[in-house]
Amino acid sequence: MTPIRVAFLGLTDSAVLVAAREKGFAEEQAVALDLVRAESWATLRDRLVYGQVHAAHMLAPLAVAVTLGLSQQPSALSAPYKLNVNGNLIVMAPDFAAALEPDAAVRLNDPLATAHDFANAIGLYHRKPIIGVVHRFSSHSLALRYWLASAGIHPDRDVVLRVLPPSLMVEAMKAGEIDGFTAGEPWGSAAIEVGLAEAVAASERLWQRGVEKVLAFRTDWMEQNPEPVDRLLRGLSAAARWCDEPENRTELSELLARHAYVDQPSELIERALTGRIVARRGESPVDLPDFVLFDREATPFPWRSQALWIYSQLVRWKMVEPSADAEARAGAVFRPDIYRRALADSDTPMPGASMKVEGALEAPLAIGAQRGSITLGPDRFFDGRAFDPDRIAEYIAGFDVP
Amino acid sequence: MRIVIIDDSGARATVLEEGLRDAGYDDIHVVPPRGAFVARLERMAPDVVLMDLGNPSRDTLEEMLTVSRALAKPIAMFVDQSDDSMIGAAIDAGISAYVVDGLRKERVKPILDLAIRRFNAFARMQTELDEARTQLADRKTIDRAKAILMSSRGLSEPDAYALLRTTAMNQGKKMVDVAQALITASDLLGGMS
Repeated sequence: MTPIRVAFLGLTDSAVLVAAREKGFAEEQAVALDLVRAESWATLRDRLVYGQVHAAHMLAPLAVAVTLGLSQQPSALSAPYKLNVNGNLIVMAPDFAAALEPDAAVRLNDPLATAHDFANAIGLYHRKPIIGVVHRFSSHSLALRYWLASAGIHPDRDVVLRVLPPSLMVEAMKAGEIDGFTAGEPWGSAAIEVGLAEAVAASERLWQRGVEKVLAFRTDWMEQNPEPVDRLLRGLSAAARWCDEPENRTELSELLARHAYVDQPSELIERALTGRIVARRGESPVDLPDFVLFDREATPFPWRSQALWIYSQLVRWKMVEPSADAEARAGAVFRPDIYRRALADSDTPMPGASMKVEGALEAPLAIGAQRGSITLGPDRFFDGRAFDPDRIAEYIAGFDVP
Repeated sequence: MRIVIIDDSGARATVLEEGLRDAGYDDIHVVPPRGAFVARLERMAPDVVLMDLGNPSRDTLEEMLTVSRALAKPIAMFVDQSDDSMIGAAIDAGISAYVVDGLRKERVKPILDLAIRRFNAFARMQTELDEARTQLADRKTIDRAKAILMSSRGLSEPDAYALLRTTAMNQGKKMVDVAQALITASDLLGGMS
């Protein structure tokens, strides 16, 4: 058995790691998986960067940011495996949501109209809306900025974005310190359940296949330990398949509900897993079948174009100076080569390419695979833009805001 | 040198503060990480910020350090990035430190050394306290079980104790577990307890 320590945050999308440990998928690969819970992204990052854990359940933009030296101690990180796509909600206090489309399903299904309704309501509110985000370098924050800007709202000028840990969002709503927030599940649902918030947007309607958490290693450790890395990835692949099976969702939500993991009621956790999101307390759920994906459609495959999309947003919001060097280093954080090596002898379908145009698919599409068959789901951004990784500058210049 | 300790456990902050004062630092402030603590911190313009590594508000603090215009210079994690052993010791002790960029290493190192020692001492104290509490609770449980045996089987106190101990040894269990099982069974049977 090879001991591997992985840091994680108590969120629904730690599912694949939890299943790998609790359902024996890691053990089958002779990996003794030790999951170390962190209470903040800063601590998770430090434990990885300073070598106290071998890998981490990390926000994909944070892995890019640490590599580019934007978040404390610079360190080259590598993400050979995506732990999920999608899985977040944007929620707001009922007072605020009152200015939006009252039918929650309609509201969630038309993010562009909702963003414009929100833009119109801002001026009527008694203060600049304060929206909680979990981290500057989070997919949540990038998606929220993208969504606000689509209606001409400047995220650094017209609203206040306040960084808070997901576990303190509900308390901050109760104290009136924030008017809404965006976080990974189950925290949006937790605020909805006590009547403090309503869902106003779901990440899967903003970018239908939005990059979210990755398994991040320090590049030097990953390259010095190819064999254990490959075994861990094979264990995670089997765990991810198990997580995506509808008949396992109740068991999975009960595992995640444990004190050592998410420590929230399994009923709340199950909402994200089944894609049945209660948008307002007491209402029947809205069906969002792609609310979070773990395995199907080759979800874990780290498309380099997705790392580059993150880079494009960091440039757009002036979090990094654009340069050919930064672009190359950001793109290199995602490591499809390691994914291919680790799963070479398995029956996991394997994409033939490592980059694609993001946001171009309106309907499911079968793509070229080295093995098996892969159908990619629709991956549109709600405003219809497509991201061509070969034309990044043009893509960034195409946005009106800022 | 202004040092701010961000902590919501009064006891740990006090232990750390006392240590720093004993070492001759006198500009020390303790700020609990609640509400608008970031604005308070910004007004204080500290040279060194110490915070528990397990505190969920670290991301909030780091965001302030990134965007603040009030602080003249960016603040960096740990003293010297090359000093791996100190960083390891700090993480083991559960402490994170932010230091104004440009502050000389020899001025900061003693503070961090002291914080590491005090955090470790505090953790040891916690463990000892927890152990003492557990021992006390165990003794109470065993006393109750003894009383049940004495009254229901007419045993003397030493015999009741010996019976519990022999049973535990024969079953490969801890004495407190056998005692607890006996109390539960006795309660279920409506016996005296």
